[in-house]
Amino acid sequence: MVKLHERKFVAADPDKCVGCQVCEYICSLTKEKAFNPLKSRIRVVRINQLINLAVTCRLCEDPPCVGACPRKALTQSEETGLIAVDKDKCNGCGWCIEACDYGAIMLHPENKVVYVCDLCKEKGEPQCVKWCPEEALEITTSDVLAQKARITAVKKLFQEAVKETQKK
Amino acid sequence: MIGYAGRVLYVDLTSGKNHTEPLNEDFAKKYIGGIGLGMRLWLQNSKPKVDPFDPENPLVIANGPISGTMWPTGGNGHAIVSKSPQTFGIGESLAHGTFGTELKRAGYDAVVIKGKAERPVYMWIDDDSVQLLDASGLMGKSPGETEDAIKEELGDYYIRVAAIGVAGEKLARMACVINDKTRAAGRTGMGAVMGSKNLKAVAVRGTHDITVAKLDEFMEYVKEFHERMKGPATQKYRTMGTAENVLVHNSLSCMPTRNYNNSRFEGAEKISGEVMNEKYVAKIIGCSSCAMRCEHMCVVSEGPYKNTMTRMEYETLWALGPYCGVDRLDAIIKAMELTNYYGVDAISAGVTVGFAMDCYERGILTQKEVDGIDAKFGNAEAMVQLVEKIGKREGVGDLLADGCKFAADKINKGSEKLAATIKGVEITGYDLRCLKTAALGFAVSFRGADHNRHGAYAFDVKGKVNRLIAEKGRGKLVRDMEDVYNLIDSFIVCKFSRGTYYKELPDMAKLYTLVTGYDMTPEELKKTGERINNLARLINLREGLGRKDDNLPYKVMHDPIPDEGPSKGAYVTQQELDLLLDDYYESRGWTKEGVPTEEKLKELGMDELIPLVKCN
Repeated sequence: MVKLHERKFVAADPDKCVGCQVCEYICSLTKEKAFNPLKSRIRVVRINQLINLAVTCRLCEDPPCVGACPRKALTQSEETGLIAVDKDKCNGCGWCIEACDYGAIMLHPENKVVYVCDLCKEKGEPQCVKWCPEEALEITTSDVLAQKARITAVKKLFQEAVKETQKK
Repeated sequence: MIGYAGRVLYVDLTSGKNHTEPLNEDFAKKYIGGIGLGMRLWLQNSKPKVDPFDPENPLVIANGPISGTMWPTGGNGHAIVSKSPQTFGIGESLAHGTFGTELKRAGYDAVVIKGKAERPVYMWIDDDSVQLLDASGLMGKSPGETEDAIKEELGDYYIRVAAIGVAGEKLARMACVINDKTRAAGRTGMGAVMGSKNLKAVAVRGTHDITVAKLDEFMEYVKEFHERMKGPATQKYRTMGTAENVLVHNSLSCMPTRNYNNSRFEGAEKISGEVMNEKYVAKIIGCSSCAMRCEHMCVVSEGPYKNTMTRMEYETLWALGPYCGVDRLDAIIKAMELTNYYGVDAISAGVTVGFAMDCYERGILTQKEVDGIDAKFGNAEAMVQLVEKIGKREGVGDLLADGCKFAADKINKGSEKLAATIKGVEITGYDLRCLKTAALGFAVSFRGADHNRHGAYAFDVKGKVNRLIAEKGRGKLVRDMEDVYNLIDSFIVCKFSRGTYYKELPDMAKLYTLVTGYDMTPEELKKTGERINNLARLINLREGLGRKDDNLPYKVMHDPIPDEGPSKGAYVTQQELDLLLDDYYESRGWTKEGVPTEEKLKELGMDELIPLVKCN
């Protein structure tokens, strides 16, 4: 039986994200009890004033970070897809950081082991999603993202027709 | 105290040395941060009557106790304070974005910069390490280009940079300091002071944690303000933006047009906030930690000014538009981008171009003297060209780059009557002839002509008082608003969020208490706002300013509004101004000459500054 992908991760909508960093503040507060974007699991990139996007772990199907770790410190949960870091095994070498295409796994500035988004599992829901003032962040699956992209594309293609039906 | 970094960084550009000192707790409690703390530190580190461009004039960059927290709009601001090359009294200007918060994380409440570097340098603050690096390769670059180049050179994307442009390098008295590409500490010429020190930029990277005294309650409060910011108090800023004022002011006939020749603009419909949003706004973005977002990014995608991108607000739109008689938004947006590129205050630039156009139309400046430009009101291309010349300090731009007052002093021929400045600073987009509470606010503003030192226009524009008359009682209205605005700029929170502090002082006192753990009361906070205003006044008195400088532009006091409509015939007489000033000084507890009394200073706990009034 074919099964839909159920793994959920945090995604930002580039049309809505304004680069305000509220996600970084709430993340570092939740995880580290301090306001410090440097310790946030989600980071905002502003290429220019119009291009803003928050980036965090995508919970890849075949995560390069896990494969890259020479000490088997990283594992991925079969069920949720979350990446777990074994703090005793991690020696902060940074292979996983280099392997991640999204810059979503980072070296902690103080305890020198890597850290990555875990969807705030202890809180039951990702705090960045809850706090984002623009509702630009959502917890979603790759399947839902694909659906949305398709619908947007078709709407764009038939802009005029959509307007017509709305009028009616 | 928690909330504060607890350290002040002192940098001497002449010797290249730096050191830190513990933050004076008494200063922190009495002056909070931002402009309050900045002015107090400036006073402590300066000599009376120092020339603004003298290396001995300190330049202070200060953040506030809220900086670096996730308080909505509060995390991100910084204030720049120094003696102003425009007013020759205290200069201060604020900007938001990401710079102030980074400085806080680097571990500083303020940076006091003294001296002058031998060659152009930029300051690199990397937590505890402070270096002066060669900036010769950055000279001539815009603040935005400088930011990119520094990030590239130091190899770190998250470095935050506040920089000057060409105008600041060339000591244009209207030069500003810009961070995050489009956020300017615009007013009072702080960029020129930086330029006089051979300091091209300050780059900072901070890695320290920021925390607050009562975290759980603080986060509850943050949540509440996130909700408030989604409500009506911020709607204007989140939707149409301040450009909404164009049609509002025009309908009240209180929008200075063509260098104060008119108070309404026939082309207003073409450049309204409505049109700007429909045609040009590509995205509304936000500063670090903000939950409302206001920054209307405009893009021009066709025509002669294609590929222009910049932020637009009412004041700058007004100065470069109606004030120059220009009704083309694409040209206004282009001119705004140029002010950011060269690093000049867009309000002062627009008002000065309007002044030049007035001089040109009256034959005071010939076409030859304005470099062959047909500088008629309404000539959009001419406006853009003049702004560029000001930015580069080239040709007639060299004359105009110091603002209208300095230009008029050189031109003479009666041009001083056309210069719309107060204390040497160009006026902003409120026709003071028919907004008499605002007129008082502008006249007494310690940093020169400005709406952001008091917001007193609100009483007039919203019809809470009869805006066409001067009467007793306006002094107290202005005073109370000033005190709150002083606190806003010292905390630092964003003025656009002021409406979310439903209870104003009690709300702000609660915020201060939750962050610092120091039990602040609304009454004490009120006194603090008053103290900051008195401090500014003492500085201005020490530097030679006084009642004579609390004045209004010539046209405001001599040229009645000619336009048909609700404001026709309005202007401010000397008698009215005197009445307003007397009323204001009295409500402040100052003498007739506008000097704080010993009694007042004692009441405010400013005993150590009493010698300053004794020498007056």
